[in-house]
Amino acid sequence: MLPLFKYHLRSIFIRWRSTVATILGLALVIAVFVLVQSLAVGIEKASANSGDPRNLLITRQGALAETTSVITREQFNIIRYLPGLAQDNAGQPLASADVLLIINLPRREATGNANVMLRGVAPAGRALRPQVTLVEGRWFEPGRREAVASRRLAGRFANLQVGQKFKTGGVELTVVGLFDAARSAFDSELWIDADEARSAFDRPDYSSVLVRPENEAAAARIKAALEAERRLKVKAVREVDYYKEQTRTAGPIRWLGNGLAVVMSIGAMFAAMNTLYASVGARTREIGTLRVLGFRRRSILLGFLLEGGLLAGFGGALGCVFALPMHGYSTGTLGWETFSEIVFDFQITPILAAQAVAFAIVVGLLGSFLPALRAARLPVIASLKSV
Amino acid sequence: MPVAAPIVQVRELTKVFRQGEINVTALHRINLEIAAGEFLTLMGPSGSGKSTLLHIIAGIDRPTSGDCIVQERNIGALNESELADWRNQNVGFVFQTFNLIPVLSAFENVELPLLLTQLSARDRRRQVTTALELVGLSDRMKHLPRQLSGGQEQRVAIARALVTDPQLIVADEPTGNLDSHSAADVLDILRRLSRDARKTVIMVTHDPKAAAYGTRSIHLEKGELTN
Ligand SMILES: Nc1ncnc2c1ncn2[C@@H]1O[C@H](COP(=O)(O)OP(=O)(O)O)[C@@H](O)[C@H]1O
Ligand SMILES: [Mg+2]
Repeated sequence: MLPLFKYHLRSIFIRWRSTVATILGLALVIAVFVLVQSLAVGIEKASANSGDPRNLLITRQGALAETTSVITREQFNIIRYLPGLAQDNAGQPLASADVLLIINLPRREATGNANVMLRGVAPAGRALRPQVTLVEGRWFEPGRREAVASRRLAGRFANLQVGQKFKTGGVELTVVGLFDAARSAFDSELWIDADEARSAFDRPDYSSVLVRPENEAAAARIKAALEAERRLKVKAVREVDYYKEQTRTAGPIRWLGNGLAVVMSIGAMFAAMNTLYASVGARTREIGTLRVLGFRRRSILLGFLLEGGLLAGFGGALGCVFALPMHGYSTGTLGWETFSEIVFDFQITPILAAQAVAFAIVVGLLGSFLPALRAARLPVIASLKSV
Repeated sequence: MPVAAPIVQVRELTKVFRQGEINVTALHRINLEIAAGEFLTLMGPSGSGKSTLLHIIAGIDRPTSGDCIVQERNIGALNESELADWRNQNVGFVFQTFNLIPVLSAFENVELPLLLTQLSARDRRRQVTTALELVGLSDRMKHLPRQLSGGQEQRVAIARALVTDPQLIVADEPTGNLDSHSAADVLDILRRLSRDARKTVIMVTHDPKAAAYGTRSIHLEKGELTN
């Protein structure tokens, strides 16, 4: 198919200055692309890890997020005694009414404040979210103004280490433990006891209820029953679907990443084009010679496209290497739905790397098309006379 | 005079180059027959049309009018791709400036025309080795062109021209860039090709000493044959 592979591969590195410059430029573009996309992947992964497929999350009709939802105690009492809910060891239904508050906390190293999600959670709430595990200290005890923070959040905000105290809304809370939420959305939260949160922060109502139906059929029945009960004005969605919906934060980041990549890649494309035009110019006589030997225009065209593709492929791979040290680095952004901090990792997955290299190759092919066309169209005799 | 059937027949061949408003007649109604196994030398002053005639016979340029029939094939009637394939299979071209590919070794340069054939890698290796032996360079196979002398480069180029075993070998001033010693080597190889391997060799040259290696010499003057 490409008998001249060796020729083209070696030719790329003959004019190494412009080749290296082009590869580095492209690597930079790809590194930016990969980093921005890896943020989006990180957010999506965080959301994807959050829900349990067996759980139903119940919020007020019309609420876009848990934070803007209200569930009264009466409503909760109806919900928790619905038939078909799984029970804990003590025979209590697995239903947790949570209170969500957005509080403002100072960041570490005095770099300003940001909103953080404070979740008041019932004991059942922990059982319903097994991905949340204690990694330091102990769980809070109700009534003692105690909180447990995500370890990753504690890394980003002041006064959230075990033993430290922080103040919010006139209430002082002591951090008694740190949890790890397996890169789920809960890694962006602080937890306290639900009823304590209601009294301390003067909130008569809950925000949402998380329940575990006994099985699929029970889940469908409960969902239907809640929606049929018009006075209740609540809706039930699978917990996984709720978090999938929250992934919308990743959308704008993806768009930003793609937009940035497209703009930057136009520059890279011209760099590749320039390099290849120069290369075609310098190799005019070689091209004429190949034609005399019987290579067709099409082989020449494909050969120079190959060079552009290879050049870009190297650039793309190098870009991924540049971005790689950021893999797993945790950072935060403003959640779209709650306007509070979401903590997540840069996630450079093999698929993302493959996409980045493919993107680079497309840029390289586009950039090399015109030079390749020029090479293929060179008149044989005139090109033999070139010096 | 040629005994065998002509391998090249040129009839009323005219080539006109258009340069903007001006027409340059490089060849004017040339008639020529070349027999198989001949070593024809083509002489004449600069600009007389020697290269142009060679290019047309080798299928890298087309006549404006008239015919060029090589091995009973009117090559003016072939399209671009057919002509490319035809060149690959039927002509070996030797340039004044050698025109080796600088990034490829002697072996790889000679192998180039074979990459367009169906030959296996092993058969290619055998043919390339034979061709390099024939020009006395079997010990330079891995060398890059810049590691070779001019004479050696030209011998690699000759190996490349004959590796596909074409009937016709054309050379445009092949000794023009060589010292007299290397030139003698190259001319000797070309003579052996025509004498021992029965190849038809057409060589453009300025040098009467080089022309003496041929079996017949023709003269071009302002696009016309003078003898
Ligand atoms: N591509 C071209 N365009 C215009 N004129 C050309 C071209 N090639 C050759 N000529 C002209 O044709 C004539 C013959 O050229 P050429 O065959 O190269 O001569 P020679 O090889 O005998 O020196 C010259 O006058 C030259 O200027
Ligand atoms: Mg000439």
